[in-house]
Amino acid sequence: MVRLADLDEPERSHLGNIPCPRFDTEPWVSGPPLKERRIAVISTAALQHRDDTPFMIGAGDYRVIADDTPAKDLVMSHVSTNFDRSGFEQDLNVVLPLDRLHEMAEAGEIGSVARFHYAFMGSTDPVQMEDAARTMAGLLKADGVDCCLLLPV
Amino acid sequence: MGGLAHFLEDEGLATTQISLIRPQTENTRPPRALWVPFELGRPLGAPNDPAFQTKVLRAVLALLERDDGPVILDDFPEDAPAVAAAEDGEGWFCPINLPPPPADLAAGGGFKAAIEAEIGGLTTWYDIALRQRGRTTMGLSGMTIHEITDFICAFLDGEMPDNPNENQSLGQSLKFAVEDLKAFYREAAGAQPGHNTGKEMNNWFYGDTAAGKALYALWPIIDKLAETADDSFMKTFANLLLIPASQKYRAKKEA
Repeated sequence: MVRLADLDEPERSHLGNIPCPRFDTEPWVSGPPLKERRIAVISTAALQHRDDTPFMIGAGDYRVIADDTPAKDLVMSHVSTNFDRSGFEQDLNVVLPLDRLHEMAEAGEIGSVARFHYAFMGSTDPVQMEDAARTMAGLLKADGVDCCLLLPV
Repeated sequence: MGGLAHFLEDEGLATTQISLIRPQTENTRPPRALWVPFELGRPLGAPNDPAFQTKVLRAVLALLERDDGPVILDDFPEDAPAVAAAEDGEGWFCPINLPPPPADLAAGGGFKAAIEAEIGGLTTWYDIALRQRGRTTMGLSGMTIHEITDFICAFLDGEMPDNPNENQSLGQSLKFAVEDLKAFYREAAGAQPGHNTGKEMNNWFYGDTAAGKALYALWPIIDKLAETADDSFMKTFANLLLIPASQKYRAKKEA
């Protein structure tokens, strides 16, 4: 578990002291009820199609994951070794829960699932992702997305 | 993660997110976040547990229907099932009996012979996992498990192997080979049903296998190699990306 108090000291200090960006504004977008929302997943697990170019240190760009991509076509090229990959190896849904979201859509709990999802590499300074994220926002809107579910590793 | 939330909300898209490290989320202040007490790498908590995953999803998506932000930072109240099992004394252990690594692994060819023997014992389980899951996460290196072993052990024997992928540095090729080696071991070891944590898997790989011991032996070799090679990635790989910080601490504590 990641309660910092439960971790050994070197890791506790490292995780607790990672520099974080601070923002002057606090944007807040509201929207329709959940059962009408179209949801895309934005992962920072450095997921990619097997044929994609792997993420390298400092990469601020993203890879596109079509909603119907078979799990067997996805690999993880994240540079960090300080998080668990065995969960992902056993079940893609623990990092990219597309099966669960489709079940919720079929049950009417959410409106629909986006046609495309996106993956960044989380160890990169978020500031380096800004241009790509703003470009991605346009692509998400073109897909009819009105809500993003952000999932770290 | 919180930075991405700011950029997307600023572009007019609502966001909600999982938080794995609460202090980071407190500092970044994204509009909506659900902190979960799960391992890094498992934002939905538990593999192969659809009911638990859905419970987490409902909690994080429910934040979208709140109007008391910004900023909303809630806590998910449950531990992941594997952690709960470990704390109840029902933790995971590797069910596969591997040949014990010889005492003097570093003797000529010792690592390669020991790793090949382990691969021999794991292959059946790797194949079972592959059939059950319909997938493997190996593949970044583009090499077979035996080619990976040859490639890594060449460094251990003081050789400088050819780069198997000219589109990336030798250090990057070594990084992907190491990731594929670990994936092979973990996928095989996790083939049998039951919950396990990443920590349990890492303790087994780095503590009990010749492959794990090979990575510890590789560390100073490639650190030294990085000083002479024209490969800026190699030194970072040696010191930060080869062995998890938690395992280095564990090894130091047990020494």
